[in-house]
Amino acid sequence: MSKKVLDLLKEKFGAAIVETHAQFGDDTAVIAPESWRAAALFLRDDNRLAMNMFTDLCGVDFHRQRAEGQPRFEVVCHLRSLQHAHRIRIKSRVGDEEGEVVEIDSLVPVWRGADWFERETFDLMGITFKGHPDLRRILMYPEFKGHPLRKDYPANKTQPLIPYREGTQDKLFPFREDEGMSFGRQTFDHRNDRGES
Amino acid sequence: MEPLDQDLAEGELELPSEPMLLNMGPSHPAMHGTVRIVLELSGETIVKSDVQIGYLHRGFEKMCERGTWTQIFPYADRLNYVSPMLNNVGFSLACEKMLGVTVPERCQHYRVILGELARICDHMICSGAMCMELGAFTPFLYFARAREIIWDIFEEETGARVTHSFGRVGGMAKPPTADFKAMIRGGLPRVLQMIGEGEKLILKNRIFLDRVEGVGKISKEDALALGWTGVCLRSTGAAYDVRKSHPYMTYDRYDFDVPIGTQGDNFDRFMCRQDEIRQSVRIIEQAMEMMADEGPINIDDPRIVLPPKNDVYTTIEATIQHFKIVMEGIKIPAGECYSYTEGGNGELGFYLVSDGSGTPYRVRIRPPCFPIVQGLSQLINGRMIADVVPTFGSLNMIGGECDH
Repeated sequence: MSKKVLDLLKEKFGAAIVETHAQFGDDTAVIAPESWRAAALFLRDDNRLAMNMFTDLCGVDFHRQRAEGQPRFEVVCHLRSLQHAHRIRIKSRVGDEEGEVVEIDSLVPVWRGADWFERETFDLMGITFKGHPDLRRILMYPEFKGHPLRKDYPANKTQPLIPYREGTQDKLFPFREDEGMSFGRQTFDHRNDRGES
Repeated sequence: MEPLDQDLAEGELELPSEPMLLNMGPSHPAMHGTVRIVLELSGETIVKSDVQIGYLHRGFEKMCERGTWTQIFPYADRLNYVSPMLNNVGFSLACEKMLGVTVPERCQHYRVILGELARICDHMICSGAMCMELGAFTPFLYFARAREIIWDIFEEETGARVTHSFGRVGGMAKPPTADFKAMIRGGLPRVLQMIGEGEKLILKNRIFLDRVEGVGKISKEDALALGWTGVCLRSTGAAYDVRKSHPYMTYDRYDFDVPIGTQGDNFDRFMCRQDEIRQSVRIIEQAMEMMADEGPINIDDPRIVLPPKNDVYTTIEATIQHFKIVMEGIKIPAGECYSYTEGGNGELGFYLVSDGSGTPYRVRIRPPCFPIVQGLSQLINGRMIADVVPTFGSLNMIGGECDH
């Protein structure tokens, strides 16, 4: 059933569909960023598709995982249709390796529900959604610098609004170097180091 | 002297009011959960509202990228801490989908029973808290008493009352105890009785009804566009329940109904929850009939499931196997998958990206609360400030889940 969705998308957008796959049974279409909103509109409005349930939107950071010159981020969106009960995942690859300019069209004009999801992705992943009516941080505080879910943001970094006290035991720094289960706590920091050398 | 019976037009009688900004929350005695609502008021009417979340943000998704797949279970517990079992099972199913394994049938029934018990707790506490915030304290006590019975069952099974961390990839942490079925058979009728008594106290109460009926209305189209799922969506008339629409585990083998509402107001949401409790009881009864008393709980795959402790201490193979799973983690094939289950509030999705190692590359949780709270602003705009409390209560926001 969902195979039909991919076929219709390919028929309509042709070269703008970069690739499709159905790994673990989830039908996925990778869409070129230029056609992101157009594809979303098509998915919503075409009667054969009728993707009226906006389910999820998030970003994935493939820092130093991709080949040179390939976009660093993926914006992933999950959709469902109430009438046809089919699902699809659409993705788009955006951004440069430095993560300075990461832009994609906003889906808020298509599904109102994308509003907070895009704010969250902007907040945690640093992806800017063009045309979003109110793009500001949602989970982190406005004074926060950086985007915590990016792979090059150290997991043990803290940005307290009130500085930690020194010399007392009242409020301790949450992470220390030797804290926790060193074998289980894998970070991607060492991969970053390897990439730099 | 001017005449006292001066003829004034209707509008002039009202005092002119300036818009006023009011902060509700983040810790407000009448609201559960840490959420802040910035209200712009004209008199007592809400003109504009801005719902601000994030006070319980704990960097859940970042934490998941630092450990092994199995180490996520305690985190999943703390997503929706009112029904942790549903989150545990949801995450196990996501991992099992990527591994391409299915747990034995006995385990599936076991998961369903525990999950439905957690759902009953979840709905009861939401309904109870909603009554309490409207001044009816007694129903909450009845529901809390009923929850105690369920928590006793959980304590017997898992050893913990609230955050169980009981799910495992490829099974459960422990097989059912010997008197598992007996405890449920003894406990559930009492739970239902207490729920019935609690309902009787509230459902003919004029004060309660006036504050929930017709308040916080939303249309089916709006709810769909906002990404609502679960009880809140079903109260508008859209019959979408993951257990029915995309049956996972053994849900396709039970006979149960999906209660839906018509108005999409607070009262419908309240009643849908109450009806769903009774449907969950039906499911549990059927699952107990189908569940075998003997048989394996975990799948038979030494790469996924920890060996029995007795073997770990006596044989070298089991020691190595234990070591590999604990230190390196379960190797989940590279790729991406989205797995969804019906959580306490709606569709709980896990979008996992694996690079083939024992550590997740990306764990994305799709919390059902998040889009629901997003719609709160629309529900309260144009209404009185007193309507915020019942509307917010009926949405059942769980901070841990909403704020990640």
